[in-house]
Amino acid sequence: MHEKTIAQLSAGLAVGHFSSEELTCAFLDRIARFNSSLNAFITITAESALTQARAADERRRRGEAGPLTGVPIAHKDIFCTDGVRTSCGSRMLDRFIAPYNATVVEKLNAAGTVMLGKTNMDEFAMGSSNETSFYGPVRNPWDLEAVPGGSSGGSAAAVAARLTPGATGTDTGGSIRQPAALCGITGIKPTYGRVSRWGMIAYASSLDQGGPMARTAEDCALLLGAMAGFDPRDSTSVDRPVPDYIAHLDQPLDGLKVGLPKEYFGEGLDRAVAQAVEAAIAEYRQLGAEMVEISLPNSHLAIPAYYVVAPAECSSNLARFDGVRYGHRCEDPKDLLDLYTRSRGEGFGAEVKRRILVGTFALSAGYYDAYYLKAQQIRRLISEDFRRAFAQVDVIMGPTSPTVAFNLGEKADDPITMYLSDIYTIAVNLAGLPSLSLPVGFVGQRPVGLQLIGDYFAEDRLLNIAHRYQQVSDWHQRTPAAFA
Amino acid sequence: MEWETVIGLEIHAQLATKSKIFSGAAIAYGAEPNTQACAIDLGMPGVLPVLNREAARMAVMLGLSIGAEIARRSVFARKNYFYPDLPKGYQISQYELPIVQKGQLTIDLEDGTRKVIGVTRAHLEEDAGKSLHEDFHGQSGIDLNRAGTPLLEIVSEPEMRSAKEAVAYMKKLHQMVVYLGICDGNMQEGSFRCDANVSVRRKGDPQFGTRAEIKNLNSFRFVERAIEFEIERQIDRIESGGKVVQETRLYDPDKGETRSMRSKEEANDYRYFPDPDLLPLVLDEDFINAARADLPELPDIKKQRFMTQYGLSAYDAGVLTASRELGDYYEAVVAALGGEPKLCANWVTGDFAAFLNKDNRDIADSPVSTAQLAGLLRRIQDRTISGKIAKDVFEALWAGEGDADAIIEKHGLRQITDTSAIEKVIDEVIAANPDQLAQYRAGKDKLFAFFVGQVMKVSKGKANPQQVNDLLMEKLKD
Repeated sequence: MHEKTIAQLSAGLAVGHFSSEELTCAFLDRIARFNSSLNAFITITAESALTQARAADERRRRGEAGPLTGVPIAHKDIFCTDGVRTSCGSRMLDRFIAPYNATVVEKLNAAGTVMLGKTNMDEFAMGSSNETSFYGPVRNPWDLEAVPGGSSGGSAAAVAARLTPGATGTDTGGSIRQPAALCGITGIKPTYGRVSRWGMIAYASSLDQGGPMARTAEDCALLLGAMAGFDPRDSTSVDRPVPDYIAHLDQPLDGLKVGLPKEYFGEGLDRAVAQAVEAAIAEYRQLGAEMVEISLPNSHLAIPAYYVVAPAECSSNLARFDGVRYGHRCEDPKDLLDLYTRSRGEGFGAEVKRRILVGTFALSAGYYDAYYLKAQQIRRLISEDFRRAFAQVDVIMGPTSPTVAFNLGEKADDPITMYLSDIYTIAVNLAGLPSLSLPVGFVGQRPVGLQLIGDYFAEDRLLNIAHRYQQVSDWHQRTPAAFA
Repeated sequence: MEWETVIGLEIHAQLATKSKIFSGAAIAYGAEPNTQACAIDLGMPGVLPVLNREAARMAVMLGLSIGAEIARRSVFARKNYFYPDLPKGYQISQYELPIVQKGQLTIDLEDGTRKVIGVTRAHLEEDAGKSLHEDFHGQSGIDLNRAGTPLLEIVSEPEMRSAKEAVAYMKKLHQMVVYLGICDGNMQEGSFRCDANVSVRRKGDPQFGTRAEIKNLNSFRFVERAIEFEIERQIDRIESGGKVVQETRLYDPDKGETRSMRSKEEANDYRYFPDPDLLPLVLDEDFINAARADLPELPDIKKQRFMTQYGLSAYDAGVLTASRELGDYYEAVVAALGGEPKLCANWVTGDFAAFLNKDNRDIADSPVSTAQLAGLLRRIQDRTISGKIAKDVFEALWAGEGDADAIIEKHGLRQITDTSAIEKVIDEVIAANPDQLAQYRAGKDKLFAFFVGQVMKVSKGKANPQQVNDLLMEKLKD
């Protein structure tokens, strides 16, 4: 059962080959068996999962089932889940039980999905290797010595190891796409505003966006269809109808104009990764796509701009974790300052502190114009680059990450090298565009991801382009040997 | 040495919305701690703000009323600082692009002249919660009911030159926000509070002196006293060779003095930046026009109309238009009576206002309706009762004894206008006071008042005073 995609499970549930309860038990068994070697889950909600599964089966008996009714999934531990610990990968929220559901959770609940548990992640989504989690690193199912990528590393590893058919993730600078690439699965970061941020613990509010992670584009289409939509509780969510993503999947790619940004194929890109990406591009030519070399001249400014904007917003977003109302509080504070400094000092890990400090500095009097304002100007330049590109092409393609998964500990002490792991993904967040990563090969046993970038609200097109490739390839069907 | 004072005011008006500025939680003063704070007000992880449309409408109403520019696009910014009653670690406010800019307010000075004070800006922001330091034995309690309450911060130009001008400005603004119905104006509950920026300079000096900011003045009297004290303090300091330092000071109403709270060096760097959770606030013409349509007649215009339409003095018109409710009450009385605007003005500003004041009541819960007051005035007008008796009838009206006519009947207060009845009383009085009569006739004219008094006393005030005068004059001649 665990080898099936969500679409296949949905069909199996519909014809009664198995019940949601059976399905849920099967995945809970796999989690029990394999999670200790992967550390993909922070919290496993077996009991409530079974309750939800039985309710889903009941719904089906009443003839009220939709395509996702009874399908088990996992939520990244950044989404608030009513009555369930929502840690955000941090000691700060180790004992925090969310009092409400995130909109994404609410919508997927309403669609009938069953929550298996909450997945591991970099602390407050700050990291590219899942090594900053308070709960310890997640391992890559393809090679336990390798990182799964981050920050949605737990979700990516759990899907890749077939511990769940699908999972939610969030992407601020590549946190869905990069781990999807490193774990050989499919993940889509929607247009900023497409998926509600209500109940999604904020890292950098103007960049954060939730999205699905699953084995196939088709599965992502099913999940995104349920997650997307306007939410009056999120002022930045966009009031625009959600298309039927499934209906667009089979559109032919004849005449598709694909832009290949020369900046994404230059120095710093691993040769073997480049080869896998080029092979995929060749495959797309076979499918009728036309390749055009394009330029995104301000690409080199994306990382510096991101590492001003994101820390600046995080320094403010994380101020609420002060030990006063919830979250970690130090023992016996002697005064207010002591309460603040020790609670935050103990509650936050090193990477979070680093970004809070950088962000506080960037927003300080006398530095604001030179850093934050400048970074916002760069954002506009980057958006302009994309706007010009999309006047010329339908979609942009390139590698998701410059290398395959690196080893645990390899970059942990070198933040700059770590940040470069997101060099191709970050510009997309700065511009607010949708982008998808799909598996297109391996280097050794480690997967390679291809990144597709679309124009605003072109999620349907991205899913379609990925789906057509997956009809003629089998990278997405491969399972890591240890988890077969 | 001649000194000039320079004062600018920052006034926080709490907007009279039903719910908070960025959440759906209710706003009511005096609720149990933390019963009016939802997940958003508590700053829970993952919550997001959504602007209360009504708060924006109210800000626009004020802007239109003071002839200000309404920003078609304004931006919410985060003001970052740590405090236990500030749940998110930042306050959502407006910084570089406020919703209202460049307005003006005309104030009336005691010498009868008027002065125009510039309003630099008015911006929307959320209030913080409250820290409670008593009753917690070495700990502090946090009440977040007030957190997220909508405020309009209205900043003046430094154009006031005395404490009296500052108070006049504050009163005028208070009248305006209450008129507009955008603030309840309750200063004791903190719905309308003021920070004053005060500095002094030598007369003629083009440079401003160093200013001190006096925080949280919540009554007109405190504003006046605090500024007076601060002016003296600054002048003394400079004259004795010292310097004024830029700082925040707190007014202590018990001691009548201001004292230092924190210096400029200790001030926070608030690290303002646009709030990424809120898109810029874009107002279209329809929204602004709808707010304009909601504007009531403004105080200055109403005062002018009262002077021309009712022939009232500037003073009476000013008193009657001090609040919207009083003006409405007055006009309803005039309408019910069908005229006599001056008589109505005398009563509304006189006994009626005095009784409200005495019982500390609002017009809304006045025991005397406009129809009842008009009913009483009608009986003065048709001479059923005298003005003096009318005061007693009003008291009975206030006490809820029924309409004027019923009270007049019940207590037999109908004025005596029957000449023979009055003559009878006069004859009695003259007969009882032969000495005074002799003295009067001997030329002591002042005793006339004595006889009037006696006649009124014997008639229990009911004799028509004019007739008493005329008849007495005749009778005493003999």
